[in-house]
Amino acid sequence: MTPKISLLAAAWLVLKKDWQIEWRTRARLTAIIFFSLSTLLLFSFAMGPDVTTLRAHAPGYLWLALLFASVLSLGESFRIESENQALTGLVLTPVEPRAIFVGKVFGNASLLFVLSLVLLPVTVALYDVDLSRDPLRLVLVLFLGSVGISAPGTVYSAISANARARDVMLPLLLFPVLMPLLLAAVSATKFTLQPDPQEQVDSWLKLLTAFDLIYLSVGFLLFPKVAEED
Amino acid sequence: MPPFVPLTLLALVVAAIIAHVASPKVRPWLWKPVAALGAVMLVALWYLGLVWAPPEQFMSDVGRILYVHVPHVWMALIAFTLNVGCAVAYLMKKSWVTDALAESAAEVGVYFGAVGVSMGSIWARPTWGVWWDWDPRLISTTVMLLAYVGYLALRSFTEDPERRATWSAVAAILSYVALPIVWFSVRWWNSLHQVQSSPSTVDKPMVQVLRWGAVTMLCFLYVFVVKRYEIARPRQTAAIELPPLGLPRPEAA
Amino acid sequence: MSEQLAVEAVDISKRFGARWALARLSFGLPLGRSLLLTGHNGSGKTTLLRLIATASFPTAGTLRVLGHDARTGRDQLRPFVALVSHASFHYEDLSAAQNLSLSAKFLGRGGEPKLVAELLERMGLSERADSPVRQFSAGMRKRLAIARLLMKAPRVALLDEPFGELDPAGIKQMEGIIRELQGQGTSVVLATHLVEQGLSLTNERLHLEAGRKVAPS
Repeated sequence: MTPKISLLAAAWLVLKKDWQIEWRTRARLTAIIFFSLSTLLLFSFAMGPDVTTLRAHAPGYLWLALLFASVLSLGESFRIESENQALTGLVLTPVEPRAIFVGKVFGNASLLFVLSLVLLPVTVALYDVDLSRDPLRLVLVLFLGSVGISAPGTVYSAISANARARDVMLPLLLFPVLMPLLLAAVSATKFTLQPDPQEQVDSWLKLLTAFDLIYLSVGFLLFPKVAEED
Repeated sequence: MPPFVPLTLLALVVAAIIAHVASPKVRPWLWKPVAALGAVMLVALWYLGLVWAPPEQFMSDVGRILYVHVPHVWMALIAFTLNVGCAVAYLMKKSWVTDALAESAAEVGVYFGAVGVSMGSIWARPTWGVWWDWDPRLISTTVMLLAYVGYLALRSFTEDPERRATWSAVAAILSYVALPIVWFSVRWWNSLHQVQSSPSTVDKPMVQVLRWGAVTMLCFLYVFVVKRYEIARPRQTAAIELPPLGLPRPEAA
Repeated sequence: MSEQLAVEAVDISKRFGARWALARLSFGLPLGRSLLLTGHNGSGKTTLLRLIATASFPTAGTLRVLGHDARTGRDQLRPFVALVSHASFHYEDLSAAQNLSLSAKFLGRGGEPKLVAELLERMGLSERADSPVRQFSAGMRKRLAIARLLMKAPRVALLDEPFGELDPAGIKQMEGIIRELQGQGTSVVLATHLVEQGLSLTNERLHLEAGRKVAPS
């Protein structure tokens, strides 16, 4: 039976649908942005006013803020699917579960990416970082990191959405796996904001890309097992 | 002890676990000689580690904890690998045996991992002055440990047996895939910062004791996994019986 | 040949946790015929409908729909089977029109300009077409779900308490829709508490009690 539309077309529809829903509930989006702003400010209070220290650790704070925000946005991404069993409805339409995975990963990633861009001017204000040093690579790091959080995040979010104690289940499962991503993203970000004498930034970018590709592939293979019963 | 012995024994242990799981004939008796061997080797290890082995050049007597710390970490990684093997096997062909073995391997792995990492911390404190060591093996084991605590939590929070098996298998694979990534990124980060890596014990007698410790722990790994499997299996049997063919007899009116 | 049967269940059982929702059930529904599914709450009606829809799969036994095994043939089956059940499958934050139009595009029918509007008109939802589903009453949600089923034009229509939230006019319309589907040769499985009504609409009956087939009392 040939499917009515291609996998990419279906993924695109899923992505657009998520964007539509995000737009319609944009108050929630605003709340996540302000939550992240508060988190960044909290770090300043926790670390104290020494600008040199703050500037040096700014990449870490930025990525931690994104990580915490991702728990909220990933959780929401599947809450809308479990309301009315909408995900099952999609699968029965029929929509290929793999298409749902691709659409949802890039939906979540785009949200995190936009959030990270919004937070950039805040990091300038709070931590006095210099964005002009290597802006293109910085944007690339933010994008790759967002995808890296979303790929395993989408799978774990689908699992937690139906489990008990779902609020704690998602970060409990997701954070250990994201540790290497955090290391790579923070290091790569650091070297777009500060001098890079050993030219490390490209190696960290490669590690980020490898992480993304590995988790996109593994997620692509395994998501159908989570989206429907077997 | 010749160098190939621990690896051969590892292969034997994995084969023995599979034999235990697959063959009811082997089950009642095989674990007993292995447990006995492990117990004897453990006693010998105390002597070998605390008395026989020479004190290490830089770490003196504190370094002796390595003889149990390192094998514990290895056992944790072996157990987690066994778990992920079962996870992949389960997703390819559903079987309660595979699922029970996965659960057992995960729990045993968390035990060895927790003990191993704590020992590592105890060792690091007098050696480096800090409670932590940014070593690829230690960090990878810790990340795996946290991931598998999440795995066990997921299992306990999922009531439906089929869902529990499928979802935890997916979670296991996602977590395990992080292992090489963590390993590599920590090693890369260390090489950039010229961090002192854990000194490897190169002294001949110390390597011998380490191997002895590894074999001892292998015996315990085997016993723990199969015994835990024997607890997991009956819990599942109750779940897989089909309902009876006819209707239950109606109560007398 | 099982192609003659719309639904063929051979000794199927379905377990949730420790409870057997369906226990060793066997029945057959010939193509083009309609089946009335009755039984108390918790007797397994919804579970059975979800199995036929391939939303879920039997723990044991074989279930064939339109000649395909439900588990291995799910990709072949899904375009031809539609389910209206307690879970509406709607996205709460999208409008009725957006929900339907999404389904249309997934079915490859996004290019048909009047499709969505006509269906909404037919189900009496035109006035609220652009309101988010979150603001809909239970009856409206049910009507939207039925609109989605009609769009799919399935060969097997599975209706789980379709009269549930509808007013008398809505019930009449639902009956008309069922007759129309039957006229098109669709095999219908209807689960309802309204036994009299159900009997007048269907050819065969399956009564469930604790997941087993029993004779209706």
